[in-house]
Amino acid sequence: MGKKKIDEYKSSGVHYKQSFGDRVISIITYIVYSVFAFVCVYPFYYIFINSISSNQLSERGKVIFWPKEVHFTNYASVMKIDGLFDAFKVSLGRTVVGTIFAVFSSAFLGYMFTRKTLWGRKFWFRFVAATMYFNAGIIPLYITMTNLHLTNNFWVYVLPMAISPFYMILCKTFVESVPNELSDAASIDGAGTLRIFFSIMLPIIKPILATVAIFTAVNQWNAFQDTLLYITEKKLYTLQFVLYNYINQASSIKALLNGSTSGTNIVASMAKMQTATSIRMTVTVVVVAPVLLVYPFFQRYFTKGIMIGAVKG
Amino acid sequence: MVNKKKKWRGFQEFLYILPFLIIVAIFSYYPLYGWVYAFFDYKPPKPLSMDLFVGFKWFKTMVENPVKVKQILGVLRNTFAISGLSLLFSWFPMIFAVFLNEIKCVPFKKFVQTVTTIPNFISWVLVFSIAYSVFSSTGVINSILMELGVTTEPIMFLKSAEHVYFKQWLWLTWKNAGWAAIMYIAAITGIDEELTEAARVDGANRMQIIRHITIPSILPTYFVIVMLNLANFLTNGMEQFYVFANSFNKEYIQVLDLYVYNLAMGSGGYSLSVAISILKTVVSIVLLTATNKFSKLVRGEGFI
Repeated sequence: MGKKKIDEYKSSGVHYKQSFGDRVISIITYIVYSVFAFVCVYPFYYIFINSISSNQLSERGKVIFWPKEVHFTNYASVMKIDGLFDAFKVSLGRTVVGTIFAVFSSAFLGYMFTRKTLWGRKFWFRFVAATMYFNAGIIPLYITMTNLHLTNNFWVYVLPMAISPFYMILCKTFVESVPNELSDAASIDGAGTLRIFFSIMLPIIKPILATVAIFTAVNQWNAFQDTLLYITEKKLYTLQFVLYNYINQASSIKALLNGSTSGTNIVASMAKMQTATSIRMTVTVVVVAPVLLVYPFFQRYFTKGIMIGAVKG
Repeated sequence: MVNKKKKWRGFQEFLYILPFLIIVAIFSYYPLYGWVYAFFDYKPPKPLSMDLFVGFKWFKTMVENPVKVKQILGVLRNTFAISGLSLLFSWFPMIFAVFLNEIKCVPFKKFVQTVTTIPNFISWVLVFSIAYSVFSSTGVINSILMELGVTTEPIMFLKSAEHVYFKQWLWLTWKNAGWAAIMYIAAITGIDEELTEAARVDGANRMQIIRHITIPSILPTYFVIVMLNLANFLTNGMEQFYVFANSFNKEYIQVLDLYVYNLAMGSGGYSLSVAISILKTVVSIVLLTATNKFSKLVRGEGFI
């Protein structure tokens, strides 16, 4: 079938006419995907409208399609919960610091392992890459962190995740696709290994670094297990951990908040009185919001990101 | 002279990466030393000493102690059930992608793709929080069911021992399916347009094109996914099951990863926990090597 003939065929318009069967399939697909989309969007919407509706109504499950008796006092109230703001700072801190560490180490190692001159290149590459396939387990890791005095220490959030073999390999593959002439020319001009990395490679591999940054940041923001294992000091709790605790102890927090804010006009504040539900929903919105806000910006890096799983070492 | 200079340069470069290698050694290799705890009767804070050495006692416990055997069999049943369900329905994201690709209205397609990917980026804690909000006794589902008179008492979806595997699979799918589909969508985009056009000219309808062109072209991707699923059969992660666990469903939700955690942090079975995670690591590496070999045999290339 020649290209020309296909073009002719396309322009004829005949082929856009769908058969009855095709049309039925079309309609079913639209319905099914609308349901999928609804199932993914509605829970977020539901939680949001509940967090801004009358707390008495949301407590009884009366807020379903649109907000009722809108107020925003819940957000002001949850800020008063002991530790929530600290947790926000910890989460933000680990996300920023952890991402910087991971991006730099993946880029630098990825680049260094393409240097043919590097002493023991193959061995050290395997040394790092092999860590993808095993994990010492909970107790040995816990003992390690204790020995290193990393329990109840902010750095336990950053250092163990500082080097990711996946992202390193991803960067390495990217650097390998850069023509050799570039770094050769630079080295003839007298640029050393580090100079080539900082002034030539880093700018070139920016797109892949963006991908690495986004995925590390999301992982850091969402991390939960490390707090559970290594942290007992409240000051170092992350938002995820605090949220998990709130879900399980919302009723005790409710008493706490209402005790401290109980005003003179009780009847008027009934709708704004904190309930277990309102606290849970509001904190959930606070924790999920950053991810949803940056989501549109990093969407275009998805296809690259998904390749991470399929990359060969 | 040149050679010597090169050697020196190579060593210098090694010194640059040395700090990173040390971090890897500390956080990935050094903890392996902790595996010796599997051969001791370790009870912190007592330090490890030779008179606590018990040899293979904990490994024997796994197959000899009737209580532990029962526990471990239960845990394995849960792990196999949940991993098995995922494997059984691993085609779902592929079909999701195939039919999504059939949608001609681009904005709608983009919209569906965008919103179904969102859940992948939220943590399990948030998924649980959402689950709690939607399915608890005052959640939207129960509210609607009671309004419609389907039930007079709220249905306990989360605090129940029924259909635990299926529910967990649903949450996993809710979180991951849209994301997993992206890979197939990328693969479908790579299909030569002339192929589909030619088929269409020859009178193939949509279902025929899907069956004879689209699906065969993305099957290699699917194959890799299945192999990776098999390689990770014992690894479900603990977060999902930790957050969803409660006293009603604990018998069915405790997968291997969660069991290792519960043993270590809950019941003080430190040494047994280490012994189990050693076995798990060994089996996982065997599975990975085997699936990789199989993949090499079938496709001519592995995925490691």
